Amino acid sequence: MTDVSERPERVPPIIKDTPEGADVWERVPWDAEMYGPVQDWATDIDHGRPEYNENAHQIWHDLRESGCPVAHSERYGGMWAPITHETVHEIAYDTENFTSRSVVVSHLRPGDLQLPAPIGGAPPITSDPPFHQVARRLLLPPFAPKQIEPWEDEVRTLCRGLLDAMGDVTPGETIIDGAVQYAQHIPVNVIGRMLGFPQEDEERFRGFVHDTLERINEDPNERSDSFQHLEMYIDDQIEDHIANPRDDLTSYLLDVEIEGNKLERDHVRGTIILLLIAGIDTTWSAIGSSLWHLAQHPDDRHRLADDPEVMDFALEEFLRAYAPVTMARLVAKDNDFHGCPMKKDDWVLLPFPAANRDPKQFEDAEGFIIDRQVNRHSAFGLGIHRCLGSNLARLELRIAIEEFVARFRDFELAGDVKWSIGQIRGPRVLPLRIL
Amino acid sequence: MRVHLDAGICQGHNRCYALAPAVFDVDEYGQAVQRIDDELPSELEARARLAAANCPEYAITLTD
Ligand code: HEM
Ligand code: SF4
Repeated sequence: MTDVSERPERVPPIIKDTPEGADVWERVPWDAEMYGPVQDWATDIDHGRPEYNENAHQIWHDLRESGCPVAHSERYGGMWAPITHETVHEIAYDTENFTSRSVVVSHLRPGDLQLPAPIGGAPPITSDPPFHQVARRLLLPPFAPKQIEPWEDEVRTLCRGLLDAMGDVTPGETIIDGAVQYAQHIPVNVIGRMLGFPQEDEERFRGFVHDTLERINEDPNERSDSFQHLEMYIDDQIEDHIANPRDDLTSYLLDVEIEGNKLERDHVRGTIILLLIAGIDTTWSAIGSSLWHLAQHPDDRHRLADDPEVMDFALEEFLRAYAPVTMARLVAKDNDFHGCPMKKDDWVLLPFPAANRDPKQFEDAEGFIIDRQVNRHSAFGLGIHRCLGSNLARLELRIAIEEFVARFRDFELAGDVKWSIGQIRGPRVLPLRIL
Repeated sequence: MRVHLDAGICQGHNRCYALAPAVFDVDEYGQAVQRIDDELPSELEARARLAAANCPEYAITLTD
């Protein structure tokens, strides 16, 4: 590890309360009082409130029933939330009017020039065309199906190890936590190995994820430290890989070239941050929600155990019905969207999970049909930003469920479930009684 | 029946490759490639239909 003083100097971001130009981060007015309980989801939606993820399915249902395809809020400096498949699809495809410069809603909005446009802070997720394509192409090969398939055995061993670690189980008595003892360990382990980071830092990675994605409506001043820790940690890992190159994604990114040039250090760091953050609580949430469902549906549990072939369809149905990931965009130019006057720099949530439960797009959209045959869900997004990790995420989710139901045929909820906060939705505490 | 895969629309969700590997392959970038340009053998039709019905980007079309 290098001494802090030897690190290349970082230019701290310029943050102002009122935007004087496009080259600053704008701090939207923040006051804890403004972020209290939501009175009306159509006009005051706030996904940073715990009651949002707790009741998400009902909230989307009610909004849809009330004929509101796009909810709104004055929080975060102004935010829109389309909840139908049609509107989510349209925004995901419209990269002219909606920029990916920031994909996590918070109190800080990056001005047009603050980030290296069109690269953004964490390419390719924060990049817009045409650069997006260039940054994305670099990452496609290591995440393509044939590169991911060989990880199957390792993921299986990992899952079995976690189940073994639960110790002796007395049916009808033993309570385990499906999120804390199982789901949360799986993706963090896999991506840590892929990046070539120390295994013992698992807990720290979850801390980074929590700081980036869950603390969105907390005092912005208290959050900036945590971003710095994340960047410093990644810089140390990069230095270590420069000194000792090895066969992993970090060395791959340090080596790979765009038109004969190595990537800028900011690009490498941003992409590593993306890979570390994007794959952890997303997959952990998908696994947790699937177990939450199975705990309450013995038929589905038994079908999975007795008819393994159904997994091809079940996997997609878990992803559809419990899609964990909502993305965001910033409005790039004033535009009228289905009658909504969207202003430049307003936030727009992109709730793929809500789109997945739209009855206009899916038959029996609110039901769970374990062998649903037609399932064009958008859990992994739509358009150019389709989740790069989708092949890996599917592998982890499938094996995690297979191994769990193979070990425990019957289990039920055994206490209060705690849901995550923010754009990624899944159980963080999931007590299960093994039957 | 023939399949047509629009490579400009495909985003590599790989649903087609998972559901109908005899009809679709996947390249090193994870983008789908069509294995059969000609008339599909009839035993593959059902799987091809399934793939088309599950492509989130509507990149696959079928013609008679
Ligand atoms: C069930 C688990 C996961 C879900 C539901 C999920 C969902 C998504 C979604 C919806 C997007 C689209 C972003 C947008 O439109 O702005 C996305 C992008 C992305 N995801 Fe995932 N993800 C999951 C797991 C993973 C994993 C395991 C990785 C890799 C380690 C990963 C890496 C990425 C990357 C790199 C992007 C950016 C792609 C781009 O901008 O071109 N994700 N993910
Ligand atoms: S399912 Fe559609 S988007 Fe996905 S790889 Fe096949 S053709 Fe492409």
